[in-house]
Amino acid sequence: MEFFQNLNWMMLLKCFIVGGLICIIGQLLIDKTKLTPARILVIFVTTGAILGGLGWYEKLVEFAGAGATVPLTGFGNTLAKGAIEDVTKFGLVGAFTGGIKAAAGGIAAAVFFGYIASLISKPKMKKQ
Amino acid sequence: MNPLDTKKDYQEYVNKKSPNSPTLKNCFKAFIVGGFICSIGQVIMEYCKYRGLDKTLSSTIVSIILILISAFLTGLNLFNKIGKFAGAGSLVPITGFANSIVSPAMEYKSEGYVMGVGAKMFTVAGPVLVFGISASILVGIIYLIFNTQSITLV
Repeated sequence: MEFFQNLNWMMLLKCFIVGGLICIIGQLLIDKTKLTPARILVIFVTTGAILGGLGWYEKLVEFAGAGATVPLTGFGNTLAKGAIEDVTKFGLVGAFTGGIKAAAGGIAAAVFFGYIASLISKPKMKKQ
Repeated sequence: MNPLDTKKDYQEYVNKKSPNSPTLKNCFKAFIVGGFICSIGQVIMEYCKYRGLDKTLSSTIVSIILILISAFLTGLNLFNKIGKFAGAGSLVPITGFANSIVSPAMEYKSEGYVMGVGAKMFTVAGPVLVFGISASILVGIIYLIFNTQSITLV
C-alpha cells in the first residue's frame, strides 16, 4: 500500500489528459474523414516514428509518461528510438535491427496472446 | 408563438445541432476511455519503477500487460462492446492493436488454424507493422546520414 501512497497523482492526471487528447485526434479522423481504422492505426504508427525520429515525441513521453507511450504513436516512437540507438552503436545495420529489437516485447506479446485468445474464443455468428 | 413556428424553429434547431453533437459526444467518450486506458498503463509503469525496473523495461511490460488484457477481452466478445462505446478511445491505444489482431482471426477461425487464424491475424496488424518498421528503418538511415555528416564536420 506504500506504493499507492507514493503514487504521482499529477503525473497520472497529465497521462490521462495527453492520452485522451491523442484519442480525440483519432476520433476526429474517424468522424470527419472516411479513413478505415486500419489506415488510422497506420497513420498513428508512422506519425509516432517520424516524431520519434525528430526527437520530439520523447519530450511528450517525459511530460505524460504512459499517456504518450500507450497510444500507437508511442509504438512508432519506440521503433524509431530503437533504430537510432542501434545506428549509433552498429552503424547501418542498426537501422534494421534496432526498431524491432526495441519493440520486440509488444510485437511478440501481440502475436502470441493474439493467437491464444483467438483459439479460445467463441466466434459469434453475427454479421454486421 | 403558434405551433407551426415552433415546429419550424425546432427543425432549424435540430439541423443546426445534429451534425455537430455526435462528434463532440464521441470525442468526449474517446477522451475518457483513452485517458483511462493510458492511466492504467501509467499505474503499471509506476509500479514497475517502484520495484526498481528501468524505464524501457517498464514501458515494455505495460505494453505486454495491456495487449494481454485486450486480446482476451476481444476473445470473450467484451472488447467490441467497449469499442462501440469508446470509438477511438480504445482503438488508438495499444489495446486497439491487440484487438485488430484477434477480431479478424476469430472471424476466420473456421478456415483453419494456419491459414484462418494464423494468416488473418495480420489483416490490420500487418500494415501497421509494415509501415511502422519501414518508417523506423528510414529514420535510422536518415539519422546515420546526419550523424556521419556531423562527425566529418567535427
